[in-house]
Amino acid sequence: MDTAKLEFLRGTLDVLILKALIWGPLHGYAITNLIRRQSDEALFVEEGTLYPALWRLENKGLLEAEWGLSANNRKAKFYRLTPEGRRQLRREVKAWEAYATAVAKVIGATQPPLPEEIG
Amino acid sequence: MKPIPLWRRYSRLFGADPAADVKDELRFHLEAKIDDLVSQGWRPEAARQEAGRQFGDLRTVQEIGVSIGEKMERRKRLKDYWSDSLQDVRYAFRTLGRDAGFAAVSIVILALAIGANIAVFSVVNTLLLRPLPFPDSHQLVWIAPPPTACGLSCATYSADAYEEFRAQSRAYQDVTGYEAFTTPDNLRLTGLGEPEPATGVEVIGNFFQVLGVQPAMGRLFAPDEVRGGPQVALLSNAYWRRQFNADPAIVGKAIELNGAPVTVVGVLPASFDFGAVFSPGAKVDLFTPLDLDRERNWGNIVTLLGRLKPGVTVAHALDDANRVAPNMYFNVKYPESLGRYKGDLIPVPLKDYVIGKLRRSLIALWSAVGAILLIAGVNLSNLLLARAATRAKEFAVRGALGASRGRTVRQLLTESLVLSGAGAALGLGLAFIVIAWLAHQRSLALPLLSALRIDSQALGWTVLIAVFTTVLFGLVPGLRIAGGNLQEVLKDSGRGAGLGRRHERVRAVLVVSEVALACALLVSAGLLLRSFLKVLDVDLGFQPDRAASIKVEYDDSAPSDHASAAKRAAIFHQILDRVSALPGVEAAGMADYLPLGPNRNWDTPVPQGKTFAPGELPDPLVYVITPGFIRAMGIRLHGRDFTWADVPHSEKVVLINASAARVYWPGEDAVGKVLMRGEEADLVVGVVDDIHEETVEGPVGSQIYYPVTQQGPNGAQLVIRTSLPPATLAASVLHALREINPKQPAAEFRPIQTIVDRAYSPRRFFMLLVAAFAGLGLLLAALGIYGVISYSVSQKTQEIGVRMALGASAGRVQREVILNTLRLAVAGIVLGTTASVVSARLIASLLFATSPWDVTTYAGMVLSLVAVALISGYIPAQRASCIDPMAALRSQ
Repeated sequence: MDTAKLEFLRGTLDVLILKALIWGPLHGYAITNLIRRQSDEALFVEEGTLYPALWRLENKGLLEAEWGLSANNRKAKFYRLTPEGRRQLRREVKAWEAYATAVAKVIGATQPPLPEEIG
Repeated sequence: MKPIPLWRRYSRLFGADPAADVKDELRFHLEAKIDDLVSQGWRPEAARQEAGRQFGDLRTVQEIGVSIGEKMERRKRLKDYWSDSLQDVRYAFRTLGRDAGFAAVSIVILALAIGANIAVFSVVNTLLLRPLPFPDSHQLVWIAPPPTACGLSCATYSADAYEEFRAQSRAYQDVTGYEAFTTPDNLRLTGLGEPEPATGVEVIGNFFQVLGVQPAMGRLFAPDEVRGGPQVALLSNAYWRRQFNADPAIVGKAIELNGAPVTVVGVLPASFDFGAVFSPGAKVDLFTPLDLDRERNWGNIVTLLGRLKPGVTVAHALDDANRVAPNMYFNVKYPESLGRYKGDLIPVPLKDYVIGKLRRSLIALWSAVGAILLIAGVNLSNLLLARAATRAKEFAVRGALGASRGRTVRQLLTESLVLSGAGAALGLGLAFIVIAWLAHQRSLALPLLSALRIDSQALGWTVLIAVFTTVLFGLVPGLRIAGGNLQEVLKDSGRGAGLGRRHERVRAVLVVSEVALACALLVSAGLLLRSFLKVLDVDLGFQPDRAASIKVEYDDSAPSDHASAAKRAAIFHQILDRVSALPGVEAAGMADYLPLGPNRNWDTPVPQGKTFAPGELPDPLVYVITPGFIRAMGIRLHGRDFTWADVPHSEKVVLINASAARVYWPGEDAVGKVLMRGEEADLVVGVVDDIHEETVEGPVGSQIYYPVTQQGPNGAQLVIRTSLPPATLAASVLHALREINPKQPAAEFRPIQTIVDRAYSPRRFFMLLVAAFAGLGLLLAALGIYGVISYSVSQKTQEIGVRMALGASAGRVQREVILNTLRLAVAGIVLGTTASVVSARLIASLLFATSPWDVTTYAGMVLSLVAVALISGYIPAQRASCIDPMAALRSQ
């Protein structure tokens, strides 16, 4: 994985995790799988960054954790969104969309901006 | 996600473990990955390696996880603790509110004890613990000879001695001093309407620099002002505010003192209170530089104090002084005065000089309030226990519902914290009132009182006391309850018999210790009270009641000593005639110094025709008086008083006191004998009783009286003896003085009794405080006894009922309850007598003419305690004898 991709991931990992959990409680491994599959194998979350991010979010009170059994009856730690986490997700999605729109406008521009009016 | 079945929940049986959680979580991740890889066709071994490779640095991630996990765990615990505590506090308020009487009594008890402790701590802190209010005050030393019977003149030094000492000493940064013979109202502020009395002290020019006092306005004295330069003065802050309405432009203005202009060069800061440090209870209005050249021939006039060089100890300074002393002259004009101060220059830390004998009193006082706190705490413990006993069921139910032992103790501790917190808050309020009142007690001759305040240290002390009482006295009942057997309590449907008995024993122990502490307090207070009464009984040598004094201004300036004496005699004679004629005045006279104030001595008279070894003869204190003074003061006289016919050219006459007569002519009548002062012969015309000149309690030395008509007095204090209350004469006496001398200021008309009261005041102060504490202790002990007995009566209602049904008489039941009470009291008294012996030893040095084993005091203590015990046992006994057997038996 190249560095450009890594930087990109770090900035948005939190919002991806929050979004992944909107469908219900998941354990860490399931979260990586969900993000990978949902992005059509484009985004790959590294374990070394995923878990610290999960713990940080839990510590901030955006997630809450509970031990449960996985599909093959192993004990695993499941994360779920707290109401605060849900609010945070909404905020971040909005910010992210505004950011993406702005970037898209610049990148997709076909002509230079009009000269600024001298007020 | 499926919930974990019960049998797999064993892993966190011993509490949370963040490290294991992280490990488990990461292990699950790896295993899931391996499973996936294997299902994609990897060999298990290769899959394991691939999963590890993909994960990367497992250890670092684990460390991050553990640290975050621990943080969360800590926060969670804290949150739980807080919410539990809040719950406890809410619950405590609810239960205490339900039992308002109990809460009020405990809070008042605690408030009294804590308030007393804070107030006394503030006093102790100001006087004992805090350094003096000067920068680097540990460097300041007071230099004086060992105490002797010849008063202030033997505690001071001559101008020459000061200069030699300052020049030759190597231990000091600088040495300074002040004129020690200042009397209150020694100056007149003139030029502003009626002359106003003022008190000024002459200080050596570098006085404030040595103390490290910076002026609030203006400047200190400059070197050229010190030696006969322009007349300048520094004002004390209080005087500047009072007399000059805090005039911001006062510096540089001229004021008139005794009719001469004096320039104000500065105002001292409010934090500097000369009287508070050097002369307790006195107010000093202004300071002028002392002209040493003018004073050179006046003998011992200055006190010495110095600032040690950094690192020099008092012991070094003493060695240094012993080295310098042999080279010092009393007066350089007289070579034979070389070495007169040998052994007479002993530096002591200024703080020790200021606090001196008070140290022990303060420590005794501190111990007394400590005892009060203990008694109050024991009382609280007792009350809590009684309550806890009635709440045993409540706690048993809580325990059965899963409250842990620790949780129950915490609940009880919270309750006592709420109580002692409220007590501390109320006590702090009380202490504020007491301290504010004390700080303004000018009539109390204690040093540094004006610096008294409740500061952060005192507040810290409050918190400390509150926590201490809470933990100590909340813990006993807490552990008692929590240690109880739940089933036993729950099963026991009636009033808990087993638990009750055990409680009773603990409570009995508490009450006995309470009584013992009260014993020690009572004995201490009793001993101090008896000492105080003994001091009041001391024969002062004069009659302070119905006498009053006022400082008189006069002008006896004349070209020669004889002319001046004649002029003075005429003025004094006129004043005394006029004042004696006032209605109600029985006798009037004047003296330059009054007893129990400043004093001085001149030289060493020798009885004519006798020889004494050097040092054997005393330096008597000198009083220069008018005819009539002896009668006005109520001093007993053998021989004759001075008369106006004793004039400069007639035979020189003196009066001496009985102590002096015993030294000069032991076993003989001194009247008619002659004392020689060098070439001058003085005929002793009378012998007067010893008067207490410095302290009421100290021994009396030799005294000698000269007539104003033959010797120069140092000012004049008019003393009148009257058949009316002295205060009623104030106006007419002042009016008479003004008629003769319009410049007479409105000086204070002081009953002599107030001078004596001031001398008593420290002892009275300590005695009253300890007595108040003893009274409080007694009251608390009574409460404690009452509590225990009345509780045990209510516990035994059934038993008593059965016995009465079986024929026991009411009288017998009553007798038994009272006997129980007495048993407690006697145990307390026996223990307390031992404690009293210890405390009596502690205060032995504070006693005056009273033995620490004073039988009357101990007997009084025993009697009062037994009486109090009987009273507090009688009420429950009365109740016990009124129990209706049928009602008691049916109550179950």
